[in-house]
Amino acid sequence: MPTKKELLDLQFIEARHKLIDLAAFLDRIDRHPGADDFRYAALQAAIPILLSERPDRARGVLDALSDHSHEPIPKAAFQGALGAAQPG
Amino acid sequence: MYIEPHAHMVSRTTDDYEKLAIAGCEVLCEPAFWAGFDRSSPAGFFDYFRQLTDYEPKRAAKYGIKHYCWLCINPKEADDPVFAREVMALIPQFLDCPTVLGIGEIGLNKNTRNELAIFEEHVQLAVDRDLPILIHTPHLEDKLKGTRLILESLAGFSKLDRAKVIVDHVEEHTIAQVLDAGYWAGMTLYPHSKCSPNRAIDMLEVYGSERLWMNSACDWGVSDPLAVPRCILEMKKRQHTAAAIEQIVYHNPRKFLSQSPRFV
Ligand SMILES: [Zn+2]
Repeated sequence: MPTKKELLDLQFIEARHKLIDLAAFLDRIDRHPGADDFRYAALQAAIPILLSERPDRARGVLDALSDHSHEPIPKAAFQGALGAAQPG
Repeated sequence: MYIEPHAHMVSRTTDDYEKLAIAGCEVLCEPAFWAGFDRSSPAGFFDYFRQLTDYEPKRAAKYGIKHYCWLCINPKEADDPVFAREVMALIPQFLDCPTVLGIGEIGLNKNTRNELAIFEEHVQLAVDRDLPILIHTPHLEDKLKGTRLILESLAGFSKLDRAKVIVDHVEEHTIAQVLDAGYWAGMTLYPHSKCSPNRAIDMLEVYGSERLWMNSACDWGVSDPLAVPRCILEMKKRQHTAAAIEQIVYHNPRKFLSQSPRFV
């Protein structure tokens, strides 16, 4: 099993790249016109999970971006998925 | 040498078979799924099943790859139950083809009542014929709910052999419930938007490799037929042994798929 340093040597630049890309995405959305969107709010709500102490942050983010209702729906409004659950 | 247990080759060109062969793919399994657009008639599915059972095995054989398939009407096209049942009525005549492994990939797409009803009719067909089942779980925000609904539904089938069921496209929020219930779990490697090779390796490290496989699920969309060999490379970089790699990309799929007498 690789050490922390070995993993950082392997993957730090990639993780840094992804973090900066996320920061730039947030800046970009803020800079552009238009109404608030539930997807942006869902992303913002998930970001604090990255700084939590839990050992399963990836699961935490996935849970935060999931539909938590239980019953099958009568009819789908569309075929694909949006990446975050629509409120209501 | 590895097995690609989930690829949609009807959507790929022949040079992808060549790339797979060069990368060491020995066996490839193709579940019936959506082909990028809704088919307008059961006859469209009849031809699709012919393609899966006759044409693709021949195309793969030219590159030394053994091609198997799974049959069903996929959940994306199963929301109209009348249409879905017409397609399902075509399936039995193909089940005796020598390369058909079982029923799949069935499951849910938007977690509708009709999708669930057709899913359960497929499970009953598999139970009646003692066939393995390959299950598609919905993507993105729908995966958690869809996985729960699927597991709750499967729990109602008392004659189901859980070792013969694989629930595919698991991610960090669904893998534990699938494995804890006694099923196999599939991890699908996507270039972006869903599970990456490194996340799949994390799940392997956390949950162990006993009932897991990895696949590319390459299809008509943005996907990579070489996702499994790319993941092998990442496993090497993360110091997984050759034996551990062989276990997940060869022995595990072989163990699960060998439950079909067709798989040789
Ligand atoms: Zn698939």
